[in-house]
Parts: sequence; C-alpha cells; structure tokens
Amino acid sequence: MSNKILPLVLGTAMGVAASAANATTLEDVKAKGFVQCGVSQGLPGFSNPDAQGNWTGLDVDLCRGVAAAVFGDASAVKFTPLSAKERFTALQSGEIDILSRNTTWTMSRDTQLGLNFAGVNYYDGQGFMVRKDLGVTSALEMSGASVCTNTGTTTELNVADYFRANNMPYEIVAFEKADEVVAAYDAGRCDVYTTDASGLYAQRLKLTNPADHMVLPEIISKEPLGPVVRQGDDEWFNIAKWTLNAMINAEEMGVTSANVDDMKGSDNPSIKRLLGVEGAFGEAIGLGNDWAYNVIKGVGNYGESFDANVGPDTPLGIARGVNALWSNGGFLYAPPVR
Amino acid sequence: MANADIFQIRTEEAPKLAAPISTSGVIGWMRQNLFSSIGNTVLTVIGILIAYSLIMPFIQFAIIDAVWTGDDRTACLAVEGAGHAGACWAYVIDYLPQFIYGRYPTEEIYRVNIVYALFVLLLVPLLMPSAPYKGINALLFLVVFPIISYFLLTGLEFGDTVVLPIVETARWGGLLVTLVIAVTGIVASLPLGIALALGRRSNMPIIKMVSVIFIEFWRGVPLITVLFMSSVMLPLFLPEGVTFDKLLRVLIGVTLFSAAYMAEVVRGGLQAIPKGQYEGAMALGLRFWQMMGLIILPQALKLVIPGIVNTFIGLFKDTTLVLIVGMFDLLGQIQSSFSDPNWSTPTQGHTGYLFAAIVFFIFCFGMSRYSIFMENKLHTGHKR
Repeated sequence: MSNKILPLVLGTAMGVAASAANATTLEDVKAKGFVQCGVSQGLPGFSNPDAQGNWTGLDVDLCRGVAAAVFGDASAVKFTPLSAKERFTALQSGEIDILSRNTTWTMSRDTQLGLNFAGVNYYDGQGFMVRKDLGVTSALEMSGASVCTNTGTTTELNVADYFRANNMPYEIVAFEKADEVVAAYDAGRCDVYTTDASGLYAQRLKLTNPADHMVLPEIISKEPLGPVVRQGDDEWFNIAKWTLNAMINAEEMGVTSANVDDMKGSDNPSIKRLLGVEGAFGEAIGLGNDWAYNVIKGVGNYGESFDANVGPDTPLGIARGVNALWSNGGFLYAPPVR
Repeated sequence: MANADIFQIRTEEAPKLAAPISTSGVIGWMRQNLFSSIGNTVLTVIGILIAYSLIMPFIQFAIIDAVWTGDDRTACLAVEGAGHAGACWAYVIDYLPQFIYGRYPTEEIYRVNIVYALFVLLLVPLLMPSAPYKGINALLFLVVFPIISYFLLTGLEFGDTVVLPIVETARWGGLLVTLVIAVTGIVASLPLGIALALGRRSNMPIIKMVSVIFIEFWRGVPLITVLFMSSVMLPLFLPEGVTFDKLLRVLIGVTLFSAAYMAEVVRGGLQAIPKGQYEGAMALGLRFWQMMGLIILPQALKLVIPGIVNTFIGLFKDTTLVLIVGMFDLLGQIQSSFSDPNWSTPTQGHTGYLFAAIVFFIFCFGMSRYSIFMENKLHTGHKR
C-alpha cells in the first residue's frame, strides 16, 4: 500500500515545495551555518550516539565530511534521528539537507520519490550466521536448516527465494524484533540467523559467546547503502557525491587526516588536484578549492572512517570485504578529480 | 460444718494467660490465614514455590550476579562457558546522564537541574494539604514555573546577546522529555477536559456540537496516528523550509488527545451529581460559574479522582510512543543506547528494560498512592 500512496503524497509535497521555491540548498545551509543531517535512530557503527551523546559512525562521518567541505568545519552539522518511515518525508519537506541513514539504493526510491542517491558508502547484503560447531562452511550446506529472521521484511522473502532456488528444504522461525531473533538464535531454537551482513556483526556482540559463531561467505541480496539528497538541486547533489568520492580517492592515494598537510606538497598531480593545489575544482561545485582538504582533515579518508567505526579493531570487527578499494579487490571505485 | 468459715477469696486477679500460641502472633496468623485446612495448606505451599521460583532468579540476575563497575562491554561478558552474566549496571551507570538529560550539552546541564529542583520545590508543598500559601504556590507552579523553565530549557538570546545559549529540542531526551510531555499533558489536559465536559452537557447547540465533535474525533484516532500525522504529514502541508518544533507538535497532540479522555471522565462525575444539587444552587441565585465552581465541580471531581489519575498514569506511560516520531523519551533513549557496540552484551537489553521499568514504576506508583491519599482525605460520606 505504502508503495502506491507514498509517491502520491510526495508528489503533492513537491507541488507545494515548487510553489515555494526559493534559495538553493547550499545557500540555505550557508545561511543557517550548519548541515542538517538525517541519521538512523541507532545502528551500531553506522550512526549511533555514544555514552557522551555524540553521534558516531560511517554514515555520520559522511555528513561531517559534507559540513567540512562547505564550512571547513566538520562539527558544523546537526543530526536528526529518523525512523525508517519518516526518513524520505523529512528530506522532501526540507527538514533535513541530506539523508545518510543506511538507506538501500533501489530503482523505485531513486525514480519515484523525487530523490537522488549520491553514491554508495557501504555495500551491504543479506548474510547468514551459524555456530562454528555445526561444521558448515557454505550456505549451500544448510539443507533442512531452521532459519531465524524478522517477520514481514524482505529478509524473509530473500531466504525463501534462496533456499527454493537451491532446492533445499528449510524452516522459518520468525520474530517481530531483532532482539527476540538474537535471543532465540542464542538459545538454540534455530541453526541459522539471517539479516543484513552489517547487522549480523552488530548482533553477534549480543550472543553469549560471540567467538563460537561465524558469518558465512554467501551474500544473497544486494543492499547498496548511500547518502540521499533532494532531486532538482544539482549543486547540492554534486557536493554530496564528491564529498564521498573525495574520501574514497584520498584512501586510494594514501592521503589521510594525519598526513594531509604534508601531502599538499606532493608532486603527484592527482593529489594536487584533489587537495586544491592545482586547478579550481572546488569552485566548480560552489565551494572553496580546499574543499577536499577540509573533508580529509576533518573526518579522514574512507578507510580511516571505516576502521574507526566498523573495522576489525572495533567491537563490530567487520572485514573490508567488498567494501575494499577496487585496487584491493573490492567495489569502491571513485571517478578521478580532473 | 467445721469448715464453714473457711473461704477462699482471691485478693488479686488471676494472672492473665497469654492467648494460645495457635491463635496469636506470627504462628497464629499463619495458622489462621495460610494453613487453616488441608486445601489451604496445599495452596500455600504451591504459592510459595511459585513465588520462590520467580523471585529468586530475579534477585540472582538483578543483584547477586550483577556487574556494578566496568568501562566497557568486556566487564559484563559472561565468564567463558558459565552462561549469562547478571544485570550490567555498569552500562546503566555509564549512560545515566544520557538517560536523565538526553543529549543536552554537558556544560548546560545545570539548567535542567534547576528546572528539576524548582519542580520538586513547588510541587511538594502543593501536594501536601497542610502546607500554607496554596494560592501563591499554585500561581508559582502553574504560571511562573512554566515560563521560567521554558527559557531555562530552550535558552534565551536577544540578537547577539546570549543570556543562555539556545539548546534545540532535538538534543533533549531521556527523563527530561518524558517529564516535559507528561507534566505538560497532565497540567493542560485537566482544565481543557473540564471545559469540554461542561461544553458537552451545555444547552447551547454550537458549543455542545463543537465539544462532541472534538471529543469524538480525538477519542476515535489512536495516539500513534496523531503523533505520526503531526510529524510526517504536517510538514508536507507547510511551505518548504517552514518547520515548527517537533516537541511542540508532540505536546499539542498529546494534550488534545488526553483532554478528550479527561472530558469523558469528568462528564462521568457530572452525571453522578443529583439534579437536586443543580436546582438547589440555582434556587440560591448562583450564576452558572458560581454553581459549577462552588457546588457541582468540587463534588464531581472528587468522585472521579480514580478515573482522573488513571488517565494521568496512562498518559505518563503513553509518552513512550514519541519514539516513533524520532524523539527520545526515557525508553527511547535506553533503546537507542542498545546500538552502542561498546556496551553490547547478551544482558544489555534486559538491564536497560529493567531500569526503564523501575523508573516508570516509581512515578506511576507514586501517582497512584497520592490519589488514594487524596480520596481518603476528601471522603465525606461516600466511603464504604
């Protein structure tokens, strides 16, 4: 139902918005002095408040990056926690300037809601977790398994598709809340626990003995997560898109928040262009030429952000996997700055 | 009879014997109430066993096995192979400021503390029937206190002069939001509810119709819908860029919603007042507001104290629903802390919910006891 009504509602909203068309998002943001960023109500490693109340996470860093690009100050950002249902309306109504909330890029969202996805900052996908003592090493060995999952989500449908496609009998044990699913899996009521891979790592911390469980290599769905902006404001869209690209390019070139000042003196022309020593790429997107320098100085490159929030040294312990750079066998590939 | 002159006369009272041990003291009470027959004995034993099997694991979890100190999740992890550890109070202690103040800036927290202190200082004497100066007290609590706390909590800036830095409501959270919503809802819904109840019983057709429509509309929609409409639909009808505060939207929604319920509770009290009371008041020459204020409402409201407090307690617990519009009340703040990977352990959720339950119970039980106290104080012939 929501699929039919939402575009209609948003269409109405766009009508209203168009009639009140005024300043561009960049002008608005500059006028108020901060970026209003929509985040989740708490997803470990992506956007979650810590004990001091500061927002941290991979999605949060992207917003801080945009703030750094615009103002040269990564703290010129305010966060609006949004539920899954509210997120698109909040962006559409102008309540937030950018939505960075583990949102899956799909065709219908990109085309029907009046939104633009500015890229992918995490390639997620549905995965499986099992007990190590089962001796299973591949999802294809799970014939006859009982699978714990959430009710009424695409997760459940993906499992059904996957097991049917591989001719394996299975049994679904579904619960309403993620906490119940974890508790049931921990209590041994099912053999397999399935949800998005990033979620598996987060929920594993809630198991009695996390070391006894492993995430299987198979990923059975595509969930590219990325930042979203309003359609029709290409200037702002470019800023969001190139902030992400700058973070990825910086990692590829080995520019980090620690060495960015030294790197300004680098002879490498790509680095010179990225850091604004050569060319006027910042002006082209309505910012200062040191925009990318500010992003890297403020939040670091993509790899730094990944390692600090979800990487192997954090409690989540997610390996780079497909989120490694293309040069390291992953999917991350940013167009060059030139 | 040689012995006829021998009398036995007690010169002092016979010593009083203690009541048989089987009818007095603890043992007597137990014999009478718990073990008076075979059937009762069996039920008592079963009851004790059930209570023991429920309470012991709780104490084991909440106190004996609990972890009280620690810096991160490793403190609360189970010892390898020993199963679950107990409650992780170290996590609650670490997060306590956030549970009480939300993400209010640390250097401004003293402002919230002043509001809390003023609230207690003004409310306690207001609730004690023996405390003097009720009129001034009520004026301070209902008029001066809201204005002061509004500026203390949101801040005060004239152009460039910053008296108190502005703290936008998105940073409020935890107990602060719960109390702001509950207290505003409770204080505003009672007078509104009384007005609506009188309106519904009025003979003036337009007032009556407006009241009926208002009450039936707000009673007819779930609170979740009201909150959701105010946060999702309302922004779509406003011009782009025009937003007004989310907390304000929630406050208005919650107040109107509970006013409709309050109106029906009060109307129940008004129905119970015999017609003779109205006629007597009119025969004395009292005008409408005099009749209501002096004769009818004091009796009607006294009758419906349990219903009013019931609505208050319901409202207090309903504040947890604001989570769905992205505001963090106490429960929402606790749930949001579950996403901190530095503290996630198998018992984090249980501990957090246990803490929420304890806090809510303290407030709701307090309201309930006070309502019973007031009923006993005001009873004038209706008590059974």
